[in-house]
Amino acid sequence: MIEFKNISKRFDDKQVLQDVSHIMYSGKTNLIIGTSGSGKTVLQKCLVGLYEVDQGEIIYDGLSFTKMNDEEKKMLRQQIGMLFQGSALFDSMTVEGNVKFPLDMFTKDKESEKIKKVNEVLERVNLVGTNKKLPSQLSGGMKKRVGIARAIVLNPKFLFCDEPNSGLDPQTSMLIDKLIHDVTIEFNMTTIINTHDMNSVMEIGNNIIYLKDGKKEWTGNSKDIIFSENKNLNDFIFASEFLQDAKQMRMLEANGKKI
Amino acid sequence: MSFFSHLGKYFIMLKGMISKPENSKLYWKEFMHQCSEIGIGSLGIVCIISIFMGAVSALQTAYQITSPFVSKLIIAQIIRDTVILEFAPTLICIVLAGVVGSKIASELGNMRVSEQIDAIEIMGINSKTYLILPKIAAALITIPMLVVLAMVLGIYGGRITVDLSGIISTETYDRGLIELFKPYNVFFAMMKAYTFAFIVSSIPAYFGYYVKGGSLEIGRNSTKSVVVTCVVILFADYILAALLL
Repeated sequence: MIEFKNISKRFDDKQVLQDVSHIMYSGKTNLIIGTSGSGKTVLQKCLVGLYEVDQGEIIYDGLSFTKMNDEEKKMLRQQIGMLFQGSALFDSMTVEGNVKFPLDMFTKDKESEKIKKVNEVLERVNLVGTNKKLPSQLSGGMKKRVGIARAIVLNPKFLFCDEPNSGLDPQTSMLIDKLIHDVTIEFNMTTIINTHDMNSVMEIGNNIIYLKDGKKEWTGNSKDIIFSENKNLNDFIFASEFLQDAKQMRMLEANGKKI
Repeated sequence: MSFFSHLGKYFIMLKGMISKPENSKLYWKEFMHQCSEIGIGSLGIVCIISIFMGAVSALQTAYQITSPFVSKLIIAQIIRDTVILEFAPTLICIVLAGVVGSKIASELGNMRVSEQIDAIEIMGINSKTYLILPKIAAALITIPMLVVLAMVLGIYGGRITVDLSGIISTETYDRGLIELFKPYNVFFAMMKAYTFAFIVSSIPAYFGYYVKGGSLEIGRNSTKSVVVTCVVILFADYILAALLL
């Protein structure tokens, strides 16, 4: 579980986050949603310590991350996996090298055991046989899956995903969502996803926080969204006429009326 | 950003890279990789430049020494001392600022922009220690070796030239090299080589590591790193000459 209280962050004269508090639960896919520039990525980077917060506290399983020294933060980070928006794979390494990198760095396993583990996670993300390929030889969806494989290879307790569906077609997006959702349940991880993909919100949103202009505007789950009367949230989620119709249908469905 | 802000950030970066490696084996592998990249990767250009700088200084020295009262041995001595004292350490390191420095800056810049550095940090690895320290250590090992090689090849280039153009015989040239030789000059050149090696690796690492923006900024910072490195090398050259000679 990750709890953050009154997080604020400012860059020069721009207040990016203001008094944001929330709890992210383990075994659930926790979503941070909001328009571009609403502070989603900054919040996630604050949570993992890539940015220092100006104010507030971040608590990982009861331990205050903000009060930890560098060494303690390093130890905690070994329990964190992160999937970046652009996958952030190491260009000079093969798929196998990328996934094996955390194992090489933090385990004393034999080479054969590491390869076995790499093959297991590659199988888990449906990338069997791609071991020797370089990131430049992979499609966007494959890169994301390698990123997920690298993030989960050490069985982390916390998984962060920054816009995992950006630049992907709807079908691949659904596959990535399902994969993240499944590994979250399988490994009982606390998964935090930044997204503005509405399919993800509706399909895997167990615990959602909606940010607007750096402030927490709304919180709930994917079912609550249907009945939400928050104008900003509705404008954001159901931006098109098609989506507004979909909302009406879902509402009727939920109320037991025939469509 | 002011000069002092950059300077402060540069020293913070250097301090930040001093930490216990998470896995010494992997760091050693990275160090060896960098030795190969910097040392072997620059071998060709260093060889070509060294031979030609020796050859050109032989021709130009001979051109200026026309008096029959001046011993021909002095041609070899001038080539030897200019190559050892200035050409090999300074000129080679300025070339390496372009070859190695721009590569370090663009490599780190690209890793920063594509969030690879963030990915390393998230894994609980000190990215400065893993990415910058092996580069600086490798430069401190390989660049002085390249400078020694440049000294040998530069003097040899001069020898070939005086022989081919009939300026003096190779026996006279060899005798001139030995006569009035000061081992301190080699020590001074090595001091310069170590100082410049540190500059050539750490300044571009700073510019690459702290890139903000996209590919355009990577290019800009890479160019800026080469310019700043060259200026700092020349400044350090002056300071070392004033202090040690």
